Amino acid sequence: MKEQLEKIRQLAEAELAECNSAEALEALRVKYLGKKGELTAILKQMGGLSAEERPVIGQLANEVRKSIEDTLAARTAALKSELAAKKLKEETIDVTLPGKVQSVGKLHPLTAVLNEVKEVFLGMGFEVVEGPEVETDHYCFEALNMPKHHPARDTQDTFYISENVLLRTQTSSVQIRTMENKKPPIRIISPGRVYRSDAVDATHSPLFHQIEGLVIDKGITFADLCGTLELLMQRLYGEDCKIRLRPHHFPYTEPSAEVDIMCFNCHGEGCPMCKNEGYIELLGAGMVHPKVLEGCGIDPEVYSGFAFGIGLERITMGRYEINDMRLLYENDMRFLGQF
Amino acid sequence: MNLSMRWLSDYIDVSDLSIKEFCSGLTISGSKVERWETEGEEISKVVVGKLLSVVPHENSDHLVVCQVDVGKAGNGEPIQIVTGAPNVKAGDIVPVAMDGSTLPNGIKIKKGKLRGVESNGMLCSLGELGLTTHDFPYAIADGIFIMQQEEGCPELELGMDIKEAIGLNDTSVEFEITSNRPDCLAVIGLARETAATFDRPYTVKEPTYKGIEGDINSMLKVNVQNTDLCSRYIAGVVKNVKIGQSPRWMRERLRASGVRPINNFVDITNYVMLEYGHPMHAFDIRYIKGNEINIRNAKAGETITTLDGTERALTENMLVIADAESPVAVAGVMGGEYSGIMDDTVDVVFESACFDGASVRTTAKALGMRTDASARFEKGIDPQNAYPAIMRAFELVEMLGCGEVVNTIIDADHSDKTPKGVEFNPAWINGFLGTDISEDVMKKCLEKLDFKIENGMAYAPSVRIDIECKADIAEEVARIYGYNNIPKTIIRGVAAAELTEKQKFERKIMNAMTSLGAYEITTYSFISPKYFDKIRLPEDSKLRNTVVITNPLGEDTSVMRTTLIPSMCEVLARNYNNRNASACLFELGNEYLPTGAELPDEPVRLSVGMYGGNRDFYDIKGIVDAMLKNVGVEDFEYEACTDSAVFAEADAFHPGRCAVITKDGKAIGIVGELHPETLENYGIGTKAYAAKINVTEILEVAVATKTYKPLPKFPATTRDLAIVCDEALPVAKLEKAIKKAVGSILETVTLFDVYQGKQIAEGKKSVAYAISMRSHEGTLTDEQADAAVKRVLKELSALGAELRA
Repeated sequence: MKEQLEKIRQLAEAELAECNSAEALEALRVKYLGKKGELTAILKQMGGLSAEERPVIGQLANEVRKSIEDTLAARTAALKSELAAKKLKEETIDVTLPGKVQSVGKLHPLTAVLNEVKEVFLGMGFEVVEGPEVETDHYCFEALNMPKHHPARDTQDTFYISENVLLRTQTSSVQIRTMENKKPPIRIISPGRVYRSDAVDATHSPLFHQIEGLVIDKGITFADLCGTLELLMQRLYGEDCKIRLRPHHFPYTEPSAEVDIMCFNCHGEGCPMCKNEGYIELLGAGMVHPKVLEGCGIDPEVYSGFAFGIGLERITMGRYEINDMRLLYENDMRFLGQF
Repeated sequence: MNLSMRWLSDYIDVSDLSIKEFCSGLTISGSKVERWETEGEEISKVVVGKLLSVVPHENSDHLVVCQVDVGKAGNGEPIQIVTGAPNVKAGDIVPVAMDGSTLPNGIKIKKGKLRGVESNGMLCSLGELGLTTHDFPYAIADGIFIMQQEEGCPELELGMDIKEAIGLNDTSVEFEITSNRPDCLAVIGLARETAATFDRPYTVKEPTYKGIEGDINSMLKVNVQNTDLCSRYIAGVVKNVKIGQSPRWMRERLRASGVRPINNFVDITNYVMLEYGHPMHAFDIRYIKGNEINIRNAKAGETITTLDGTERALTENMLVIADAESPVAVAGVMGGEYSGIMDDTVDVVFESACFDGASVRTTAKALGMRTDASARFEKGIDPQNAYPAIMRAFELVEMLGCGEVVNTIIDADHSDKTPKGVEFNPAWINGFLGTDISEDVMKKCLEKLDFKIENGMAYAPSVRIDIECKADIAEEVARIYGYNNIPKTIIRGVAAAELTEKQKFERKIMNAMTSLGAYEITTYSFISPKYFDKIRLPEDSKLRNTVVITNPLGEDTSVMRTTLIPSMCEVLARNYNNRNASACLFELGNEYLPTGAELPDEPVRLSVGMYGGNRDFYDIKGIVDAMLKNVGVEDFEYEACTDSAVFAEADAFHPGRCAVITKDGKAIGIVGELHPETLENYGIGTKAYAAKINVTEILEVAVATKTYKPLPKFPATTRDLAIVCDEALPVAKLEKAIKKAVGSILETVTLFDVYQGKQIAEGKKSVAYAISMRSHEGTLTDEQADAAVKRVLKELSALGAELRA
C-alpha cells in the first residue's frame, strides 16, 4: 500500500504539472481527492491493515493528500496568473493613438487681458464701474472741460444720435457719473466699449475698448500717478519694465502726460518695432483738471486726483503680437482657438 | 507743424546738437516729434554741369548727344551723356546724375549705351530731383532743369553737389502740437521751447521797416462792428507792388515747412504765419468798394465766392470782412475770389487780425472749409501778436523790394491788455506734484519760458493763451524740471474692492460657457437695419425700433443693435465660409433699446450659436440648460415657441424646433434651430443653432449663494415607468405631472428612452422614466413607492398617457 500511495503522489504531481486549464485541474482534483477518487479508494482499504501498520499508512496517506492538495493549489494559482497575464497581453492597445477630443472653450483675447487688468486694479483697491455707451454730450464732453466748439473735440470723431446724444468716445464719462454720485475717496476703473468715427483698417476700428482709471482723495499727487502707472505696468509686463512720461494735453487733466513703455524688443535702443524711438506709446494720464472737479461738486482746494486711460486693443495686440485689429472682431475659430 | 531747422537757426543756435538729441529733447519737454527728414537724403553723386555741345544722335531723331563739363567731378574731362529732352542747348547749366548716382524713390543711374552711343549719366528734370516748378518757378516741369544763378545764393560752380547748389539740404522736423499750444505752431514758439529745453538763449529781433509817408486814413476805413468776435484788426497798405516769385531762401523755407510757394505776397503772408504763428491776409485794394472794411456778421441771404471758386451761402452768425457793399472774405477762414492778389495788383491791404476761435470753428465747419488760417484761429490767437506779425510782413516786403509800405497803420484794438497773472505758490506746487523742488529752481523753469514772476504771481507771455490756473503753472514747472525726474510714489490709504454682483454674475456665465466648450466672440454694437430682414423679423417687430446713428460710417454700422442674434449669425456664417468644420460660440454684450427717454436701456444679453460636429437642437439646449443651472437659475421651463409675441426673435428660428425658456411665467430666453431661410440669408449651408438669454433679467432670479443640504441617510427607491402617449404631447408635460404626483419624496425624474415603432400604435410614442424617491425620515417602504407610482399613473391618465403594456 505504501508503494501505491507513492505512485499516486508521483502520478498526480506529474499530471498536475502538465495541466493547463481550470477544467482539467478540477477533473484531476476529483480524480485524486474526490469522494470516489483514487486516494479515497486506498483509504477505504485501510480496514484490512494491522494495528501497527494502520497509523503509519494513515500518516503517509495524509501526507500524500496534503502534498497533492498543495501542488493543486500552487498549480491553480500559477494557472490563474498565467491566464491573467495572457488576458492583459491580449488587451494591449496603441497608447499613441490620439485621445478622444474634449472641448473647453476660451475667452476672447480682449476679455482675457481685461480680466487680468481688472485683477491688478482690484488688488490695488480699485472698483470696477460701468456706464452707458449711448451717452449725453454733457458726460462725454462738457463735464470733461470740452465745451462745444472746443478744438480738442476734433481728435475724437464722434458718432451722433441727436444733437445732444452720442456714442461715448471715451469711458471718462463714467468718471463724471461716479464723481457726481460718490464723495471721495474714489478709486475706480471704468472699462468698456467706446466709439470713434474711424474707418476700419489694421490699426483702427470704429469700436474699441478703453480702461480708464480715476483716483480722488486728499493729497493725491502727480508723483502718485507716476508710481501707480509704473506699478501697473510692472504687474502687466514684468518687474523690469520701465516707463517714460511725456507732457501732453487733455482738456480734462492738468498736468497731462502720455506714458511710453520701454520697447520690449530693443530695450530702449531703437528698432523697427518702436519706430526707432526705443519706447512705445501706451496710455494717456494726468491730474484731474480743477474745472472738472468743480463741475462735479468736488472742491479742488481740498481734493486732488489723477486719471488715466489705456486702450485694451493696444495692450492685447502687444501681448499676443497680433498685427491686425480686424482679427479681433472677425471671430474666426482658428484665431479664437489660439489664446 | 513742420519746422525748418535752417529757419530755426535764425533764432537759436543748436548746431552742437545732433538731430536725434534735438528731437528727443523736445519730445520729452512736451513738443512731440513725429519724424524728421533731411531733404535730398536719397540724392547722391548729382552735380552741377555745363553743356559744352549738343549734337543730334546718329541713330535717332529724338535723342541728342551732349558733352558736359562737370568740373572736378569729371577730373577735368567732359563726360558724354545722351538725353531725349528737347529743351537743352550748349551753354546750359544743368543737374547731372553721374554714373553710380542715386535719385529719390531709390532710382539708381548707371552708364550704358543708348542706340549704340555711350551715355555716362543722366541730365535731371525738377521731378527727378523730387521738386516742382513751385520750388523753381523759372524752370519747366517736363524738361531738363536749366539752372539760373539766383540773387543771394551761392555761386554755381561746375562739379558742385546739386543739393548744396540748389539749397536742397535743410532738415524738416514734424511736430505733433497739441491743441492747447497754438503758440508752438510757429518757428518763434518752437525756438522758445528749444531755449527752455536746452537751457540756452534765443533772440527775436523786433521787425523794422522804413516805409513811405502816407496817411492810411485817407486810403482806408476800418469799422469793427462786432468786437466780441474780432478783438483786434490791424490794417496796413503797401503801394505799387511788384508781384513776382519770392527769393529762393524764402521758397526753400516754405518748402521745408510743407507750404507751396505761390508768389511773393502770398508767400509773405504764409511766411509770417509760420514764423509768428499769426494768420495774415492780403486784399487787392481795387476790389474793396468804398475803400472801407467792415467787420460784421453776414446778412441773411448774402453769398460769397471764395478763392477756390465756390459760391457759398452765408448765415447771420458768420463773421465776414465786407466792403461798402458785400463780403470780401469770411473772417479767419478764406478770402473772396475777387479781392485776392493778382498779377496786375497795384496796392495791397495787409490784414493782421484776431477773430474768436469758436466762431471761426463754427463757420468753417458750416461752410465745409478748413484752412490753415481757420485751424489756427480755432485754437486761439494772441491779439498782441497781431502787431509784430504785420511789422514783420512790412519788413519782408522791403527786404524783397516788392512794394512801398505806407508808414501809418489802422489798429482797431479792443483786446484786453491786462497781463493775466496766476498765483505762483511753490509750496502748493510741491504738494500737488509730490515733489521737493526749490522755489529758485521753479522760478528758473518758468523764466526760461519767458514767464515773469512778481509778488507771488506768475505772468505768462501773452502768446501762452493756455495758462489759466495754478495747475497750469505746476505743469510748466514739471515739464521743464522733467516729468521723469519726479519721484514715483504709491497712493496712501488702504482700499478694499471687489466686483459688483452683476460683474460676478457675468463672470460666472462666461466661465460656465467656456467650460461647456463655447468660444467667446466680440462683435460690433452697431448693425445694418437690413439685418432684421435677414433674421426674418416681422415688419412690426418692436426690435426694429432702434437707436439710429446720424453720421454712420456706412449703412452696415448705422443702428445700435436691439438683438444679438444677427451678430451671432454673421460670425457663424463667416466661420462657415472660412471652412471651419464646426463652431460653438457665445457673446455677452449689450442691446440698446429705445425707451422714449433721452438715453436707451442697455440690458446685457447672452447669445449662443453653433453648427457642425454632429450637433443638434439638444446640444445647444443642453449647454443653455447647464449654464443656467450653473449660475444659479432654478426651476425654469421650456415651451415650444412660434410666436414673436412670446419672444421677439421667434421668427429667426425653425417653427418646429424652437423653445422659449420661462421662469415664473416670464420669458428669459429662446433656444432653437435657425430657420432655413435665416440660414440661407446668411449663406450658412448647414444646420445651425442659436440661443439668446436675457442676462439682466436672470440676475434677479438667480440664487446667488447656495446652502448645504445634508447628504441622505436613507436609501433611495427607484421605479422605472414606460408610458405610452400621443406623439405630439411634449414630454415636459409628462415630467411636470410626475413631479406633481410624487410630491415631496421625489428626488429625481430622469427620461431615459423615447421610442416609436413596432409594438407602439401609430401616432403614439413610448417614453421611459426612472423615478428616484427618497425620504429624509426613513427608508421608503415598497407600499409607499407603489402608492406614489399609482398617483403618477392617475395624474398621467389625465394627459391621455398610460403605462406601456
